[in-house]
Amino acid sequence: MKDEALLSQMDSIIARYPKSRSAIMPLLHLVQASEGFVTPEGVELVAKKLDLATAEVAAVATFYSQYKRRPVGDYHVGVCTNTLCAVMGGDAIFAGLKDHLGIGNDERTPDGKVSLEHIECNAACDYAPVIMVNWEFFDNQTVESAKELVDQLRSGNPPAPTRGPKTLPTWKENSAVLAGISDGRANEGVQAGPASLAGLEIAHERGEA
Amino acid sequence: MTALKPVLSKHWNEADSFTIAGYQRNGGYEGMKKAFAMEPDAVIAAVKDSGLRGRGGAGFPTGMKWSFIPQGDGKPHYLVVNADESEPGTCKDTPLLMANPHSLVEGMIIASYAIRASHAFIYIRGEVTHVIRRVQQAVNDAYAAGYLGKNVDGKGFDLEMIVHVGAGAYICGEETALLDSLEGFRGQPRLRPPFPAIAGLYACPTVVNNVESIASVPAIFYHGVEWFQSLGTEKSKGFTLYSLSGHVTRPGQYEAPLGITLREILEMSGGVRAGHTLKFWTPGGSSTPIFTAEHLDVPLDYEGVGAAGSMLGTKALQIFDETTCVVRAVLRWTEFYKHESCGKCTPCREGTWWLVQILKDLENGVGKAEDLEKLLDLCDNILGRSFCALGDGATSPITSSIQYFRDEYLAHLSAGKCPFDPVASTLFVGARA
Repeated sequence: MKDEALLSQMDSIIARYPKSRSAIMPLLHLVQASEGFVTPEGVELVAKKLDLATAEVAAVATFYSQYKRRPVGDYHVGVCTNTLCAVMGGDAIFAGLKDHLGIGNDERTPDGKVSLEHIECNAACDYAPVIMVNWEFFDNQTVESAKELVDQLRSGNPPAPTRGPKTLPTWKENSAVLAGISDGRANEGVQAGPASLAGLEIAHERGEA
Repeated sequence: MTALKPVLSKHWNEADSFTIAGYQRNGGYEGMKKAFAMEPDAVIAAVKDSGLRGRGGAGFPTGMKWSFIPQGDGKPHYLVVNADESEPGTCKDTPLLMANPHSLVEGMIIASYAIRASHAFIYIRGEVTHVIRRVQQAVNDAYAAGYLGKNVDGKGFDLEMIVHVGAGAYICGEETALLDSLEGFRGQPRLRPPFPAIAGLYACPTVVNNVESIASVPAIFYHGVEWFQSLGTEKSKGFTLYSLSGHVTRPGQYEAPLGITLREILEMSGGVRAGHTLKFWTPGGSSTPIFTAEHLDVPLDYEGVGAAGSMLGTKALQIFDETTCVVRAVLRWTEFYKHESCGKCTPCREGTWWLVQILKDLENGVGKAEDLEKLLDLCDNILGRSFCALGDGATSPITSSIQYFRDEYLAHLSAGKCPFDPVASTLFVGARA
């Protein structure tokens, strides 16, 4: 994982910040884009790039839940089970997916395609129950729609997110976006989903917009 | 009846609302030009006069925060926008940044000009990839338009804007934990004082503001201070996004003057889901004490909600009907706080763990009646005893739910189990079955 392209991307990320240590989080996202998770080699490389001890980088990598210390699937499925989503169906969806996939929380299917995690509130409560795949929105889910979704992911036919790009990127591809490497897809997808427009539409109906 | 007032959300129904062309077609970056015609101190004074208060939860006057930055001190100044939207129930900044990211960029340019910052950061949570794409593109397009970089819009000041992506930690929504995270450390809160205005990012004077607070600034300059003052209530000026979610007919974003009531929002949006009644709700996320049907007419502004015993918070109106077990809801929120406690302060780290143990027993009907007093005693020993407000927030749903629903806790004990059917509260039965 020391190819020239990766090292030069790291340099350009570091150059954005007034102090180099601030680049630690995007660099760890970039390690995930390259390796799929934060490998020990990745930690060493980031430490070397930032002139830090590996323990200092490991301390950061282990604090944040998006940094994975073992491989996840090409499609990492997060089911919101915080209170509101849980009550409205998230608990049933998560139980249904565990059963359907035959894996538990924070586990991956044997084919390496799909991993499963219960996640906290993802700021889409007006679209509850919510599933995130590779941190793209899949809104208004049911147990059945969730099972269909993971079946499509496993068969190599991933559906488009509800509010996101036209096709679903892989875990590694989206990790690069989180590192600040543009994939040129900002213009794809809707500007707003139906719930985001609910108040505006009612304001128009009432002559208040 | 209070009327809705779409300002930030006014053009979200236009397909290109997130582009610089779409934004400028509707007056985008005009507020910036008006602000640039004023001296920086006058810009701060205008925001102060407008009455704009923080939209991230605490409600601190935005202009006053800006005025705390010492000027002429020879140090770099920083603006940091908190886009780490993670408070359970809160879902306003995410659609705002997806549909209208330039309102934030324009507001940040005005704020940086006012406080004399040459670096501005957007700390955005890492779990919203498409929102991050839109924000990064907006920043890039603002550079291309000459609104960022060297000699901004010919005004003779420089401004670099950096999009910084988080990695999954609720605590980083706390402003000093956010700064530690942005400096490249584990996100743990700092002891205050010193406050960020004196020693924030890299120990330099720093303003930390919520997305919606800063995104509201361009409208103040575009329409004028008096226009902004004409909206809202006496001490809570302006417009804001209310996020309606849960067991309602039409969940979504409702932008209105501060002071609208939940009854008004429900009446115009079709109310609680058909065949059901309101049981409890949060006015501003899970860290704000819950309300019940008796609070439907509380004005949703900083003073009104405070006087009724809760907090306006993030205006995240999570609605739960009579099918919802309040003990289950509170247990789940408490598990969240336990998971997200950063571990720095003992009362929060250990206290939230014990809260979960006791609540689990109560929900499963194997607790004891005296556990309620133990919970309240624990809350009393967590509240106000840590560096930040995470532990305080963890106590809010517990103490308020015991206040309003003590009998329901006790019903779990007499039944020896949870008396609710969790299927009844889902969306798949009822409306969509």
